[in-house]
Amino acid sequence: MRRRLTLAGLLAPPLLWLVVAYLGALGAIFATAVWSTDPFTNQVVRTFTTDNLRTLVSDPTYLRIIGRTLMIATSVTALCALIAIPFAFFMAKVAPPRVRGLLVALVLVPLWASYLVKAYAWRTMLGPGGVLDSVLGGTPGYGFTAVVITLTYLWLPYMILPVYAGLEKLPDSHLEASADLGAGNWTTFRRVVMPALLPSIAAGTIFTFSLSLGDYIAVQIVGGTLQVLGTAVLQNITLDLPFAAALGTASVVIMVVYLLAVRRTGALENL
Amino acid sequence: MRLTRRARAGLWAVSAAVVLFVYLPLLVIALNSFNSDRTFGWPPPSLTVKWWQLAAQADGPRNALRTSVEAGLGATALALVLGSLLAFALTRYSFFGRQAISLLVVLPIALPGIVTGVALQSVIQNVLSPVFGISAGLFTIIVGHATFCIVVVFNNVTARLRRFGSSLEAASADLGARPLTTFRLVTFPLLRSALLAGAILAFGLSFDEIVVTTFTAGPGSPTLPIWIFNNLFRPNQAPVVNVVAVVLVLVSILPVWAAQRLGDNAAAESRL
Amino acid sequence: MRRTTFARAVALGAIAALALAGCGTSDTGTKTTAKSGGFVPPSLKALDKLGTPEGSVNVLAWPGYVEDGSNDKAYDWVTGFEKSSGCQVNIKTFGTSDEAVQLMRTGQYDTVSASGDATLRLIAAGDVEPVNTSLISNYPDIFDALKNKPWNSVNNVVYGIPHGRGANLLMYRTDKVSPAPDSWSVVFDGGSAYKGGVTAYDSPIYIADAALYLMSTKPDLAIKNPYALDARQLAASVDLLKAQKANVSEYWSDYLKEVQAFKAGSTVVGTTWQVIANLAQSEKAPVAVTLPKEGATGWSDTWMVSAKSKHKTCAYLFIDHLVSPKVNAQVAEYFGEAPANRKSCAETVAKDHCTIFHADDEAYFSKVYYWNTPIPQCLDGRTDVKCTDYAEWTKAWTAIRNS
Repeated sequence: MRRRLTLAGLLAPPLLWLVVAYLGALGAIFATAVWSTDPFTNQVVRTFTTDNLRTLVSDPTYLRIIGRTLMIATSVTALCALIAIPFAFFMAKVAPPRVRGLLVALVLVPLWASYLVKAYAWRTMLGPGGVLDSVLGGTPGYGFTAVVITLTYLWLPYMILPVYAGLEKLPDSHLEASADLGAGNWTTFRRVVMPALLPSIAAGTIFTFSLSLGDYIAVQIVGGTLQVLGTAVLQNITLDLPFAAALGTASVVIMVVYLLAVRRTGALENL
Repeated sequence: MRLTRRARAGLWAVSAAVVLFVYLPLLVIALNSFNSDRTFGWPPPSLTVKWWQLAAQADGPRNALRTSVEAGLGATALALVLGSLLAFALTRYSFFGRQAISLLVVLPIALPGIVTGVALQSVIQNVLSPVFGISAGLFTIIVGHATFCIVVVFNNVTARLRRFGSSLEAASADLGARPLTTFRLVTFPLLRSALLAGAILAFGLSFDEIVVTTFTAGPGSPTLPIWIFNNLFRPNQAPVVNVVAVVLVLVSILPVWAAQRLGDNAAAESRL
Repeated sequence: MRRTTFARAVALGAIAALALAGCGTSDTGTKTTAKSGGFVPPSLKALDKLGTPEGSVNVLAWPGYVEDGSNDKAYDWVTGFEKSSGCQVNIKTFGTSDEAVQLMRTGQYDTVSASGDATLRLIAAGDVEPVNTSLISNYPDIFDALKNKPWNSVNNVVYGIPHGRGANLLMYRTDKVSPAPDSWSVVFDGGSAYKGGVTAYDSPIYIADAALYLMSTKPDLAIKNPYALDARQLAASVDLLKAQKANVSEYWSDYLKEVQAFKAGSTVVGTTWQVIANLAQSEKAPVAVTLPKEGATGWSDTWMVSAKSKHKTCAYLFIDHLVSPKVNAQVAEYFGEAPANRKSCAETVAKDHCTIFHADDEAYFSKVYYWNTPIPQCLDGRTDVKCTDYAEWTKAWTAIRNS
């Protein structure tokens, strides 16, 4: 009984906030997705309708928006993983200890540099007459490529840190044993390192995927005419809250499905 | 795995390239803070320290910085308490719904910021404002930030608690210490560095947050990211924003260095 | 028995969720029959008399309307007011009328400079209350042509104080666009010559600009009022805009972002406000503006008072300050528009400002189509068809932006 009371005491404050307020508010917002809006005053009319959800899955405009956002999120995740894995491997296994500490610090410092300013720096770098233009002679300009580059840059530390943590936990002896057994470097990497790293990589992808899925500010800064899911939600929030809620529901569903899928890899323990 | 010289050299090169990639935009920002062209034409026509002088005198960034620090400290404090409580509950007890709660804790940070922001805004407008008379302002910003900072502290404390198990606490109880004493003399020292790592990351998350803050802030004084967002495109202020950014990066070396000193594995253990 | 703790938490959570859903978003139950703007606004009362200044006022304004020196020390008509009235002014600018409606809905702002595509929505939703014009000492000096208009009054009840009016113009880089354009065709049909350098205003209301262009170029569509579009006319405008998108580099709603884009050259031609051109020119960007021959959309803005405002006295004092002769002249010159106060014409630095901006020229403004809210009851008087409303324009705009 004492234990249960203690448990209740421990759980009550955080759960009160998370479940009651946060989940409750989320629930209220999603409930709004099945209501409609008065077209003139833009106020919510509480009559049940599945129009919003149906528009979402049938209107090519919104399918295009969702598809585009998913493509951005997967591209960014893939690129981040591609860059982070060799870098983290270097940090954990190849670099001498002093350099290792320095590298970790170097990775953490940009996290403090303000997301907005970093995105804006890319805007000036990618613009006509900017750094890329004068150094490389050309620039992809503002658009899909610019967004992917910028988001990859912004979320890279969130991928490097969990992968590095995972690699540190991997004992060197495993790698040596694998070599002793006759495996080449690539085989060792494929069959010893990667499986051990899977939870960490998955943990990193949670961040890169979710942050890219919901981002609209960097898109505003370097995206040119691009519109993503977050832009659509923002545009509809006051003037058609039910539709914005439907859009939000779509992104939440995508994220929850992703989280559940990734949970099996043990990623949530490695966040 | 035995790496050949070539493989090692390749990895050194790749890593150097990554570091360059990470720091190039920051160098551009630093250079632009001396750029005499207000709209950052490249290459800079000439260099000037005018913007640094302007920034030193400007009120806007200073007030915004103060608001951000206050919000960050408040959110971190709340997150430390709530996150630790949750970590204890989930690691030391087993009960129905444990998995669900561990998923729930991740939600605020996993869901797109705009969804969290709209949800919190509706809580403020429909519950906090009419019922408790709390309107959007510093308090709501703190609450909003704490919501997603909880998971950072939770992860760090959970990892540490799992590593040490409850045997030390059981031993302390066997030796006659009361729960509070055990906490003070055994548990807390073990947790200290995890709490600190979590606190630093939580503060960092809160300090740089913009999306949720836009929805939970009132018309009063803005946080630093909101101030930056409002001034990013203003001809007179944009260079000052660059100066602020450079200062932020330079100042951030301090907490990063502190986090490094926490122990050999602090960074490896520090959970996002 | 371990289930009880968690079960209780879940039950609590469910009850709370239901309760929150019940509170949900407020529904005042406004009946909007929307008969040619003849809806029934919620009955709210205007302020009776001014009280003691509350100490602060939260202002929502179009950029350039309320300058406090932070953009340019030479332009500051706020600090003096703060000193004399004791009302601290907190300014928030917005980029489109949709943002303005959005922000006013939060109830945190006391006054807003609303254009015609926002005013009626604010009135109908009960976000703003009628204005007691006797409390505005400068009201008698305002041009009569701006008073009691369909966008700032309903059933002879005045909901706001006129601020000023102007037209949306065409801006272009003199070194990159030649010959100097005199028609909107340079951003529509002829836009391919400047592919990747065209800009357009990022708001559904821009559809009216396309409709305006079609009024001259496709007379068989019989568009009489760019805000009164039936389904066929809307579809034609949407097609025009979808074709335009291929040439657009960026859509703008942040006016300073447009200044930078023109200065950097990533945008070379597109719709603009005079203030943007003024700022670009002060940044030494080689730009020029023109009013094309097809005419233009424009705006006639109104200062309104929030129904939920807690600083009504300061709000009234501030509005009165903004429409006073000297200040209205300063705003009109800085922003580049026609002032609302007739006495301002004598106060402008450039003595011919009012002539250039046609402050008293009703014939000129009859060709400028002020931003208005599209409603089903056709604004051009047709009764045989239903016109498209703003919700449909919003959906159309999203489709255009993602085509």
